[in-house]
Amino acid sequence: MRRFSWFNATSLTLGFAFLYLPMVILIVYSFNASELVTVWAGFSTRWYGELLRDEAFLDAAWVTLQVAVASSTIATVLGTMAAHVMVRAGRFWGRTLFSGMIYAPLVMPEVITGLSLLLLFINIGLDRGILTIILAHTTFSMCYVSVVVSARLVSFDRALEEAALDLGCSPFEAFRLVTLPIILPAVISGWLLAFTLSLDDLVIASFTAGPSATTLPIKIFSSIRLGVSPEINALSTILIAVVAVGVITASLVSKRSAIRQAEEERAAVRAEG
Amino acid sequence: MAQPSPQQVFAPWEDPSETPLIEFRGVTKRFGDFTAIDDISLSIFRREFFALLGPSGCGKTTLMRMLAGFETPSEGDILLDRQDIAPVPPNKRAVNMMFQSYALFPHLSVWENIAFGLKRDRLPKDEIAARVTEMLRLTRLEKFARRKPHQISGGQRQRVALARSLAKAPKLLLLDEPLGALDKKLRQDTQFELMDIQEKTGTTFVIVTHDQEEAMTVASRVAVMDEGRLVQVATPDVIYETPASVYVADFIGDVNLLEGRATPVPEAGEGRVDLAWAEGQPPIRATTDRAFDKGQQAWFAIRPEKVTITPGRPDEAANAVKGRILDIAYLGNISTYHVELPTGHVVKAQTANTRRIARRAFTWEDEVWLSWTATAGVLLEG
Ligand SMILES: Nc1ncnc2c1ncn2[C@@H]1O[C@H](COP(=O)(O)OP(=O)(O)OP(=O)(O)O)[C@@H](O)[C@H]1O
Ligand SMILES: [Mg+2]
Repeated sequence: MRRFSWFNATSLTLGFAFLYLPMVILIVYSFNASELVTVWAGFSTRWYGELLRDEAFLDAAWVTLQVAVASSTIATVLGTMAAHVMVRAGRFWGRTLFSGMIYAPLVMPEVITGLSLLLLFINIGLDRGILTIILAHTTFSMCYVSVVVSARLVSFDRALEEAALDLGCSPFEAFRLVTLPIILPAVISGWLLAFTLSLDDLVIASFTAGPSATTLPIKIFSSIRLGVSPEINALSTILIAVVAVGVITASLVSKRSAIRQAEEERAAVRAEG
Repeated sequence: MAQPSPQQVFAPWEDPSETPLIEFRGVTKRFGDFTAIDDISLSIFRREFFALLGPSGCGKTTLMRMLAGFETPSEGDILLDRQDIAPVPPNKRAVNMMFQSYALFPHLSVWENIAFGLKRDRLPKDEIAARVTEMLRLTRLEKFARRKPHQISGGQRQRVALARSLAKAPKLLLLDEPLGALDKKLRQDTQFELMDIQEKTGTTFVIVTHDQEEAMTVASRVAVMDEGRLVQVATPDVIYETPASVYVADFIGDVNLLEGRATPVPEAGEGRVDLAWAEGQPPIRATTDRAFDKGQQAWFAIRPEKVTITPGRPDEAANAVKGRILDIAYLGNISTYHVELPTGHVVKAQTANTRRIARRAFTWEDEVWLSWTATAGVLLEG
């Protein structure tokens, strides 16, 4: 089975090429010295320098970062709370409906989410700007956090919380001192997931952004319409790097600590003969 | 009368003026349509060492969880110090519980696990340190203070769980199988430590155990449970000597059970009942303070150590039967003989091994006589 086969090698190469060739081209051309995107004129970091001097891009980058940090943090808090309620509350009236409603936005077309949020903001008279983007991003990334965290909470031993209560913790203290430290890796990977989702969101951001605040994806998309510039390639390369680091860290954090913690937890519970 | 020993003096359950620390009043607990606790009424008094005994799944843990506040009774009330504790959340109860599953905090070291409850009380740092050190010494865990729960053995974990629940010195301590994973020597030592702690601090203990010897050693009273009901609540010696039912007799210790039909013979003495138990055998002569009708089905229960085994027929025994040795279980200090009677019944007799094994009087297939007095066993309703 482990023998080398030309068929396997070819399909593997084609598959990965399909996935990553566009990105590789983009990254390579971001180091192109030429003004023309399609003509290679030698290696240069010129466009990265240009980028640093471009006020509009820097503004957009700053807005994007603020939005990503703020929305993913709020989403993590809310998503963790929602997950805790869903997993801990047991059966209550409307539980299925409630949990369905938490996960529905995962499959909701972004256009609809964006449009409905836009209508909401107009109705309550909230001026579109950085605040509205943060709110919108919190709304959809919260679901992702809640999915990640509740997956962890399901395997969390309820008796640990009870032991904390028994030793005199209030329910909030029990959560802060026992539950949270143990599920922290899942919470962190939820945060990173929310962060990267916010970073590269275009659709919802374009519905909810106003003239006062533009995010990087919007900026890139609008400048593409004026033709692809090497500067955009450079910017995209940076974004790819940031997202890749985020996603890889998230999966490493959750996977490694999940294994270690599962071991620790199993050990902390009586080994039944 | 002999001078009463301190143990005999401590019997608050017999004193009507004593108010119980815990009182269950008609408590029932249902999970869906399954009844885990069935109409239990029970009083536990201050400074008691109360043992819960019963087969797996009979509701011992559920009873404790209701005291700790993790389950609420479906019916009935639980009073602690005459206060209904239903509205009191677990963290506000002066009750600590050692969990059957230990429930150690995996992210904290042994030291931090034990200190956890003390820190919640906002005690000064040095006081916490002193208390934790004391607990570590008590449970012989000094060497493992810095380790995480996953870095120590099963028995050590059990001791951490015990130390953590003892640390706060609560009014009421619930121990759910606290010593099961320990070796015999350490278990006995810890039992004595627990009794010592209780002596010093006056804490009330409720302890679940599967080990009836342990219940006998430490408990002031024992409650035997079956399928959510209390079958008998009494001091260990009463439970052992005069079990209330066949179930209790069989559950606690080794017992011979012979079934038959009772015939009261008041002319032979007060409480004298004869039990016809086999064709062609003389009836068993027993005394009982229960009333039996003539012909009522009954069980005669007698402990193996109350049965005397002799090579010939004893002269003055109230009851004597002949049999053949089927099997001998040598247990070091005692030997148990399994003796088959002509009726097919197998009766166990126990003797202390005061002589060396080589000079033992009986061996397999020997014909022997079993005998016991009229008061050696109890007669129980079928
Ligand atoms: N949360 C629950 N939901 C449904 N049934 C339960 C629940 N907790 C306990 N039970 C049932 O109640 C009964 C009593 O359980 P409990 O844990 O009190 O038994 P136990 O006497 O402690 O047994 P063991 O000696 O095995 O620990 C069992 O039949 C168990 O299946
Ligand atoms: Mg149990």
